Amino acid sequence: MFELETAPANAQNLRRVAIDPVSRVEGHGKVTLLLDDNNKVHQVRLHIVEFRGFERFIQGRPYWEVPVMVQRLCGICPVSHHLAASKAMDIIVGAATLTPAADKLRRLMHYGQILQSHALHFFHLSSPDLLFGFDSAVAQRNIVGVAAAHPDIAKKGILLRKFGQEVIRMTAGKRVHGTGSVPGGVNKSLSAEERAALLKDAYTMVAWSRDAVAIIKQLHQQNPALYDRFGSFRSGFMSLVAPDGSLDLYHGALRARDADGKLIFDQADYQGYDALIEEEVKPWSYMKFPYLKSLGPENGWYRVGPLARVQNCDSMPTPFAEAERKEFVAHGQGKPIHATLAYHWARMVEMLFAAETIKDLLHDDDVESHDLMITGGQRAAEGVGVIEAPRGTLIHHYRVGDDDLVTMANLIVSTTHNNQAMNTAVRTVAQQYLDGHEITEGLLNHIEVAIRAYDPCLSCATHALGQMPLEVSLVDAEGTVLDQVVRDSHGQTRRDTPASP
Amino acid sequence: MNAPKLKVATTSLAGCFGCHMSFLDIDERILDLVELVEFDRSPLTDIKHCGPCDIGLIEGGLCNAENVHVLREFRHNCRILVAVGACAVNGGLPAQRNHLQLSEILEEVYHTSPGLAAGSRIPNDPELPLPLNKVHPIHEVVKIDYFLPGCPPSGDAIWKFLTDLIAGRTPALGHGLLHYD
Ligand code: SF4
Repeated sequence: MFELETAPANAQNLRRVAIDPVSRVEGHGKVTLLLDDNNKVHQVRLHIVEFRGFERFIQGRPYWEVPVMVQRLCGICPVSHHLAASKAMDIIVGAATLTPAADKLRRLMHYGQILQSHALHFFHLSSPDLLFGFDSAVAQRNIVGVAAAHPDIAKKGILLRKFGQEVIRMTAGKRVHGTGSVPGGVNKSLSAEERAALLKDAYTMVAWSRDAVAIIKQLHQQNPALYDRFGSFRSGFMSLVAPDGSLDLYHGALRARDADGKLIFDQADYQGYDALIEEEVKPWSYMKFPYLKSLGPENGWYRVGPLARVQNCDSMPTPFAEAERKEFVAHGQGKPIHATLAYHWARMVEMLFAAETIKDLLHDDDVESHDLMITGGQRAAEGVGVIEAPRGTLIHHYRVGDDDLVTMANLIVSTTHNNQAMNTAVRTVAQQYLDGHEITEGLLNHIEVAIRAYDPCLSCATHALGQMPLEVSLVDAEGTVLDQVVRDSHGQTRRDTPASP
Repeated sequence: MNAPKLKVATTSLAGCFGCHMSFLDIDERILDLVELVEFDRSPLTDIKHCGPCDIGLIEGGLCNAENVHVLREFRHNCRILVAVGACAVNGGLPAQRNHLQLSEILEEVYHTSPGLAAGSRIPNDPELPLPLNKVHPIHEVVKIDYFLPGCPPSGDAIWKFLTDLIAGRTPALGHGLLHYD
């Protein structure tokens, strides 16, 4: 499936079609296709076009700032970055095991995040494609269109997301970019009123999550040919699992399987993630391409996120979700499910798991406890924090000096793990649907449907910056040059920034 | 009744999408809002280019050439342009890279960061927009009509701002809604 990555030598004779920006996803990306006169597809690439350089400018900051800073990578899953950084810093401050209350409050925050992000993705971003069809009218393909045609579905989606955001607000202090988690614990527990307010709605959220699973199952049943085949390809899977092999999105060890479902490694301590995973850089994307070192870049790439997690684990700890997991796995008839659109089904099963977990945690009196911090632990120089973010395995790795300042940061965000998979998905769809056809808006949306299934967070996914022979000037409203960059063909960057006033 | 709906476009430049999330944090009031406004280009719709609009909401500052292009498209088409959130207002957290040399970051990310495959090179495809030396707030490049601070401004603040504007009042956030964190 790699033939479409790079067009053969005649690329200059091909016609370029771009989907720019990819919409109803988070962050900045575009797809380019190269086609010949007969509309035969020669190249398809998903480019990640933004650079922000977080890993570099975090260096020199005090470690306790990091959990609050890094969440500005991503406004959809800020809690994931907040907690992955906190977990790494727990190791730095010698608090690898938290108080029971802190552990439960962080879990509550995290499952609130899973619930709101999965609801947002399914209802606000993807449901228009699934409910109306991939080539339905552009004007209808959004949450407003869903609200008009299916007010009940839209309303439940909005309120599920709201509930998740409220769980986050009450544990983190704010809906977006809170401050609740700190190295060694948390700084806030729930008040009795907050707990009661959440409990009041928790059962409804479980019920509505069950409805959501029913919707996506029904869509599969109505059109199995589409849902099982669309953009489907084989790959390995990776995720965290609990010590007993069950699903745990907050903490665990790494497990990877190959495309046939056979274990590649299991219960691998993520402090040693860098012995397992390596990253490749391709010249046309700012997002790197990770792969399992033992298998190499050609065969070692894998998928993360709901489709991987639901199949990688041996069970789910909550009853409704476990029943749904079994039904999902049974759909594969003994083989791993590789269908791109099955991500949605798996995602809704996870949303149900999150809703049930939130309900259970709210029944635990520890969430009102004030025993929130471990202090005075043995300092370490290096720490890795890994969490299963809504989109998949999220890795934060830091080194901190004796002066408390960060000296090294390396992040592998969830969407980056799926980079090769998303590219393979769009190439598969291009071959299945576009090859040889007159390109229409609806056909191009098929490509975006494949990308959306992965729920990419392109905002998170930028570690790097580009280099090309180009000149860019930034001119203000009065015509004064504010900034100018010139990059020559040798890749040397020259700056002509006027002195600051 | 049935006055023509106002057109609203939104975009994220060098932002984290948190301001868009906060916009969705108006929760079920979004169903009231769409009675009054119609969305044009936005990450929430599939309209890829901005048409003539009444209100443009911009999240994020300018970190690359493409951001500048999109901002100009918005200014050209929107009667009222609003800088939403710290990044649009003053560059925000991404502007922390401003005290570093771009070339230095480049070295770090592609040559010294751990776990890179042998032979990894710096991306250099013409499809990738060129990053700017510094992250700039959007008012340095086009005229901005309103600034909504916060990282992000809360859903309630965005709701108050929009409903004031739609009703023809001068938007006023007042105590409690106006904050900078
Ligand atoms: S202001 Fe804050 S929430 Fe908004 S885009 Fe910037 S970092 Fe994200």
